[in-house]
Amino acid sequence: MPAKPRLAVVKFASCDGCQLSLLSLEDELLRLAGKIEVAYFLEATSRIEPGPYDVVLVEGSITTADDATRIQQLRRAAKYLITIGACATAGGIQALKNWADSEEYLRAVYARPDYIRTLATSTAIADHVAVDFELRGCPINKHQLLEVLRSLLAGCQPRTPTYSVCVECKRRGSVCVMVAHGTPCLGPVTQAGCGAICPAYDRGCYGCFGPSDQPNLVPLTDHLRSIGMTPEQVVNSLRGFSGYAGEFRRESERLVESIGTIATGVGAAAVEPDVADSSGEWGDGQPGGDPK
Amino acid sequence: MSEHQGQTRSIRVEAMTRVEGEGGLDIRLLDGRIEQVNLNIFEPPRFFEAFLRGRPLEDVPDITARICGICPVAYQMSSVHALEAALGVEISPEIRRLRRLLYCGEWIESHALHVHMLNLPDFLGFDGALEMAQAHPERVERGLQIRKLGNQLLDRLGGRAIHPINVAVGGFYRAPTRGELSEFVKPFEAGLRLAEEATREIATLDFPVFDQAYDLVALVHPDEYPMNEGRIESCDGLSIAADEFPNHFVEQQVPHSTAMQAIRLETGKPYLLGPLARIQLAFERLAPEARRLADEVRFQPPCRNPFYGILARSLELVHAFAEAIDILKTYTPPRPPRIAYAYREAVGGAATEAPRGLLYHGYGIAADGKVTHANIVPPTSQNQGQIEADLRDYLPQVLSLPDREVADACEKLVRCYDPCISCSTHFLRVRIDRG
Repeated sequence: MPAKPRLAVVKFASCDGCQLSLLSLEDELLRLAGKIEVAYFLEATSRIEPGPYDVVLVEGSITTADDATRIQQLRRAAKYLITIGACATAGGIQALKNWADSEEYLRAVYARPDYIRTLATSTAIADHVAVDFELRGCPINKHQLLEVLRSLLAGCQPRTPTYSVCVECKRRGSVCVMVAHGTPCLGPVTQAGCGAICPAYDRGCYGCFGPSDQPNLVPLTDHLRSIGMTPEQVVNSLRGFSGYAGEFRRESERLVESIGTIATGVGAAAVEPDVADSSGEWGDGQPGGDPK
Repeated sequence: MSEHQGQTRSIRVEAMTRVEGEGGLDIRLLDGRIEQVNLNIFEPPRFFEAFLRGRPLEDVPDITARICGICPVAYQMSSVHALEAALGVEISPEIRRLRRLLYCGEWIESHALHVHMLNLPDFLGFDGALEMAQAHPERVERGLQIRKLGNQLLDRLGGRAIHPINVAVGGFYRAPTRGELSEFVKPFEAGLRLAEEATREIATLDFPVFDQAYDLVALVHPDEYPMNEGRIESCDGLSIAADEFPNHFVEQQVPHSTAMQAIRLETGKPYLLGPLARIQLAFERLAPEARRLADEVRFQPPCRNPFYGILARSLELVHAFAEAIDILKTYTPPRPPRIAYAYREAVGGAATEAPRGLLYHGYGIAADGKVTHANIVPPTSQNQGQIEADLRDYLPQVLSLPDREVADACEKLVRCYDPCISCSTHFLRVRIDRG
């Protein structure tokens, strides 16, 4: 890295939350700004410098033809390209349209769908260009972001843990919500990084950091069904903020195939629920009402 | 500038900066006459209302949070209130207060970001907060510290500041203990003083003179400053239940562009939401600290100058600190943290006050608890018509300047509304082609 690396922060289809994490480094931001030249960061500054950039943080997924072109240009201008968050690393929640009829989606949301030009899919940045490093999460953990930037400034390859949320949960001293309360939890197959927040707040992990290294999906989805979730509910739980990420996607598609068609998102489900409905975090999986 | 017959002048902001999300500005004049003023959104659409259908209703607060990384709590609050209205759930007073506390955290986080990092650089002549920090480190540092307090409260109560995980239909997954919240009292008292000090300084800024005849719209509650519930009222006498929103406000296609603009059905005109509307319609319900300060700095509604948005927002920051302190000091953990409910086929709508203004959500749910339809109307898509109307009225003041400066002046005006384009993109006009 040069003495004062040039940083660009760029967004595609996303909510702004991951780039906001940079501004949420309240105690470090000004010192960091002294070591990095912020050359392009529309949310923070009106100063706009053309590339090339030493580090580019990319938020958001690719959903339009123009953005598919823009990411190519950006890759050429970037020495080191880092994707930040579930949209950029896995397509984000908007990747749910990848399993649906995108024309129908257009008609459902817009009065004049003919004004909208969009691709049928929402895809990760790595599906379009080479990515040097990825930060997971919906949103990313700002401390992980700081760690990555510090490593790059020090000339080191950044590292983030690839083990599962279970490790963080044990470290935090939380009681396992699945073992103790039968609450469905994706923690065993989800990459750490959030600090195992959800179980600490008495709910199951919903997988927003995407699959951990070598996750063992089938035993987990078998277990979720054994504690009362319908196949459709298991599919829904996998199809969340990182639902289009490799192993999550393959497992939800395997389940759909094994049980026949599930209409996710549009219309009624082809699969009848096993159990009479009651309220709860994931419908039948957990009794509603007073959770404790 | 010489004027010839048929001469077109185009002024363009390719990419607006220091706003949430991405958009541009297109202004076209013909023979010096304003032909077209368009706030363009080139954020790609994300289709939330489409993919919510078929999801279990418990997913809704988590999913709708992802519409906006700056005000996720607003989406969570409007969605749980709308779903609870459909389910017939009545939350306890303790849950209600805890939700207000969470909302205070978001108002602090979002307002501090806008006031100190996005908007203030315009008044002091800097490209952004990072550049401003070289000349005014103490101002930027103070803004960051104020914002940090909001984020810390969101972290504690919501699990994390961006996309909190603790909000559920019926209440919270886990209520914090007394000890977990009481340690915020002292830092928040210090935060209140910082916010007051900042407000006094902001009141001395040089504000452009520009008064507009606004139709102001906000939630109004008999004894509280607008936040989680109330009737939707306007300064010209409208007063309706929140779930009647769709009967009074519509998005319309306008002929001169691909725009969908929100208007009030009764007037056929755009309206203004946000801090200026709230402070005008609920001035008496501001916390005493904020009201006293408003008097001290001579901020007196009606204020119809959008450039004063930064001052209204600063006063709301003071209010949010004062109200949060009050809730923190008297906190009793709600038991249960989440009210039980049974599924039923129903529809429900609700509105809450996002930092940028009224946010309406309406849902249909099936007997099995799945969402059948979703209707989400964020504040920026409602303000867009008014922003464009204001630009038209403001332009004559600045048109004698060179193009670049006209563009800058217009961008500064747009920034005053704290537009959140990430929020609005999936509802209003979207022009995908950049540049």
